[in-house]
Amino acid sequence: MPTATLEKIFVKGNEAVAMAALEAGCRCYFGYPITPQSDIPEYLSRELPGLGGEFIQAESEIGAINMLLGASATGARAMTSSSGPGISLKQEGISYMAGSELPGVIVDIMRAGPGLGGIDASQADYFQATKGGGHGGYRIIVLAPASVQEMYDLTMLAFDLSDIYRMPAMVLADSVIGQMKESVTPNPRPQVVLPSKEWVVRGRADGEPQNVVKSLYLGDGEMEAFHWKMQSRYQELADKECRWEEVCTSDAELIVTAFGSTSRIAKTAIAMAREAGMKVGLMRPITLFPFPRKAYAALSVRCKLFLDIELSTGQMVDDVRLSVARDADVIFYGRPPGAGSLPTPEELFEQIRKNYRACA
Amino acid sequence: MMKQVFTRPESLKDVSTHFCPGCHHGSVHRLVAEALDEFGLRSQTIGVASVGCSVFLYGYFDVDVIEAPHGRAPAVATGAKRARPDRIVFTYQGDGDLAAIGMSEIIHAANRGEDITVIFVNNTTYGMTGGQMAPTTLPGQKTSTSPFGRDTSKDGSPFKMAELLSNLDGVAFSARVALNNPKNVLNAKKMIKNAFRYQVEKKGFSFIEALASCPTNWGMNPLDANQRVTDELIPYFPLGIYKNTANM
Repeated sequence: MPTATLEKIFVKGNEAVAMAALEAGCRCYFGYPITPQSDIPEYLSRELPGLGGEFIQAESEIGAINMLLGASATGARAMTSSSGPGISLKQEGISYMAGSELPGVIVDIMRAGPGLGGIDASQADYFQATKGGGHGGYRIIVLAPASVQEMYDLTMLAFDLSDIYRMPAMVLADSVIGQMKESVTPNPRPQVVLPSKEWVVRGRADGEPQNVVKSLYLGDGEMEAFHWKMQSRYQELADKECRWEEVCTSDAELIVTAFGSTSRIAKTAIAMAREAGMKVGLMRPITLFPFPRKAYAALSVRCKLFLDIELSTGQMVDDVRLSVARDADVIFYGRPPGAGSLPTPEELFEQIRKNYRACA
Repeated sequence: MMKQVFTRPESLKDVSTHFCPGCHHGSVHRLVAEALDEFGLRSQTIGVASVGCSVFLYGYFDVDVIEAPHGRAPAVATGAKRARPDRIVFTYQGDGDLAAIGMSEIIHAANRGEDITVIFVNNTTYGMTGGQMAPTTLPGQKTSTSPFGRDTSKDGSPFKMAELLSNLDGVAFSARVALNNPKNVLNAKKMIKNAFRYQVEKKGFSFIEALASCPTNWGMNPLDANQRVTDELIPYFPLGIYKNTANM
């Protein structure tokens, strides 16, 4: 295992996730092969045994998420990873984890869908990730890296937030970020004061209370009370944990908004626009849940034109529209994911130029 | 002075159960609790409850419990045991849970030889949801979803789990027991203790299939239901040890 040094290394996004999990103290990984995330189980199958950790290639993604549930219930830091079809299978377990207030990290390297779809990059699982992909009305923490460095840093953050807020956390990337190589500084695990896990199953010793990890609430008012408790936790997340990046927004007449790999292409297009004399900026949400609503609202006090760009037919745009001031316009440009549909910087520049003119 | 000769096992709470009169779940609970007590395991044990009548395990056993999604208890137990190899981990599952929706999880946990104990209660029906056809429903048995009787040409034949799992290299111990008479209860106790001994000695995956009555969903009184275990279940699902790698 490469211990945290500040020497830069040149790795794939998926490998950065695996390295960060080890640095974060994760010693239990359960997964199943699926492109484009298989580098993660491959890396951890090599590294975990030597660290005294547990790697299981599960019988299915359903098996893997439930192993995560069991390990997490004992207090262990644990992770699983997959892509579209496999993440769909995991939704049952994610719902149970949410219902049982269990932490745990789920990495989703998005690929095109629906169905078997394709292995090209996609952002069309935004709804599934951020709106509660399983049954019952819950949310999980969703972090959207846009670089290999962020794959590393946000994976460690996912473990901390998941432990602090006692809910599953997802790292939501796509095959572009997962498969590309960039240089990374393997930062040491952040020094965070974590709450003690007094709720774990550990074997009830004499004089200690019985601990039960469950999601069944049958008593009058119990289920409702659980939901209100979670709603206030989601509010606390929104108040304290929103993260985003702004580029050249202070004088922008048009703000492009995009997350993950699309924001990288947008940055190039914005540089082209600035060179052409257009005042264009970027708003990139890093936390997709909690969504940085207040930051959008603040930007839209001055700038009244937003161009939302996604590698889908439009999902995050709903949250953007709900976040900006009522008199701000939100224009959408996106393409359905699939082979050949990744937009070029020139294509996005053209969208900026067209809409910038319209507002001028 | 009177001498107390029969007490509630320490591993069970002093509460009433929700089980119907004549149901064998209570007996299986008690035998598992006695086995934990006799090995002194209560404070080291993590139970994994499943979905169905056995979901309230945490209400009756005085041990820490994880409630697993339907059928997934062997995967949940795998995660718990891998993270805490120093603990005793057991699942407690019904026939719909283990042999239908959870078939993949049980087969693979057994095949990996996970060091866990699985208590499988086979009463040939889905109890909690009201008596639907289970993977172990007997040929011709009428249930709320096989109103004309299980038709093996369309529904297949009942799974014989104790035999099926015994074929896997990862399984160290597999036995089928019944609770229909004192002799079988005493034998069930012995087999359940054997199963936990395998885990205590880290000898691998141990499996107990307990044939059980379900008077309510069989539409019988407790005595007739008990008799059905003798007359119909045991002939189809023979009692015995199907795998015993350490000859305990």
